[in-house]
Amino acid sequence: MAQTRRTLLIDPLVDNNPITLQVLGICSALAVTSSLKVSMVMAIAVTLVTAFSSMFISVLRNQIPGSIRIIVQMVIIASLVIVVDQVLKAYAYDISKTLSVFVGLIITNCIVMGRAEAFAMKNPPIESFIDGVGNGLGYGLILMLVGTVRELLGAGSLFGVTILQTVNNGGWYVPNGLLLLPPSAFFVIGLLIWGFRTWKPAQVEKREFRIQTVEAH
Amino acid sequence: MEALISLAVKAIFVENMALSFFLGMCTFLAVSKKISTAIGLGISVTIVQAITVPANNLLLTNLLKPGALAWAGFPDVDLTFLGLICYIGVIAAIVQILEMVLDKYFPPLYNALGIFLPLITVNCAILGGSLFMVERDYDFTEASVYGVASGLGWALAITAMAGVREKLKYSDIPDGLQGLGITFVTAGLMAMAFMSFSGVKL
Repeated sequence: MAQTRRTLLIDPLVDNNPITLQVLGICSALAVTSSLKVSMVMAIAVTLVTAFSSMFISVLRNQIPGSIRIIVQMVIIASLVIVVDQVLKAYAYDISKTLSVFVGLIITNCIVMGRAEAFAMKNPPIESFIDGVGNGLGYGLILMLVGTVRELLGAGSLFGVTILQTVNNGGWYVPNGLLLLPPSAFFVIGLLIWGFRTWKPAQVEKREFRIQTVEAH
Repeated sequence: MEALISLAVKAIFVENMALSFFLGMCTFLAVSKKISTAIGLGISVTIVQAITVPANNLLLTNLLKPGALAWAGFPDVDLTFLGLICYIGVIAAIVQILEMVLDKYFPPLYNALGIFLPLITVNCAILGGSLFMVERDYDFTEASVYGVASGLGWALAITAMAGVREKLKYSDIPDGLQGLGITFVTAGLMAMAFMSFSGVKL
């Protein structure tokens, strides 16, 4: 049993990552990663919401009628997100301003719904909780990686602390402004996926068309 | 009037839901393999967006805002913290009703859109539209225009994306980038193209 619980926690980190493999929860992964601090807060928020919503839904799974389960799940998730939102507003007002609507959008983050629907409806509470934590961490891992690349190369700092002295401040590093702009997130995640799949070739998708190789003469 | 047109242009091009706020990305990446399905989904999103944003605006001004309950004798009550749960409830209910109405009165349209409608409840573009409406303090007219325009913008983006992907499947792509990876990079290039609209004002 201990073994399976560990797999539940570790599996979503690389082998079954919610972002790179299950294509879940991408919206916020792209939008909030321009600085590492914000990415971290978002990762923690999503992990908490996923873990607890999976647990509560799993506790109620035998009581929820099938036809209205989406609404019930939504209400549970929305209540948890409201708690997170209020806590952030109370203790980290600046970050909650930067995250703006994306805290609210945790409700429609497919990771939360996806895990509730795919795992929590069929498994006991403790396993569901661990599965939620694991998937939240897998999501957080990607978020932190993207946040690190974007903040380090885009602004020369990490967590707001200068690492590479930029030219404007008398240093040598010319920051790449593109990495602070939204489109760069697509490239960084695209390249990350490329890296992950080169490392784990089992994740490579099949081609729809095979390119004919022509013998060179 | 001019302000409204400018708001619409801004919502469609400059602040495109999909490409500059990354809302509705999951569906955007998952359902953009064929142009015909992409158009179907785009239309459904536009319809739902056009109904839910103004509906949530009414809800906000008449029930949730501080002082909004004055007509019921509670002038000091501020229910804005219940916003999230109300908006998502309204969206889920409207999608459900729309599905039933279409099924009863417009069966061909229902058959075309049917499979997408339930997906739309959890599409972040829809909830995002309502949340932006709240954050930017739109009034009812602005909210209606914003709803239609942001939906159209999303539809435009997903249709363009599907067009690119239909061609892309014949290209020689490195194994690791196959599928999801190259889709991300394509979306990035499209987002950069859409950035050239920034600064456009009417």
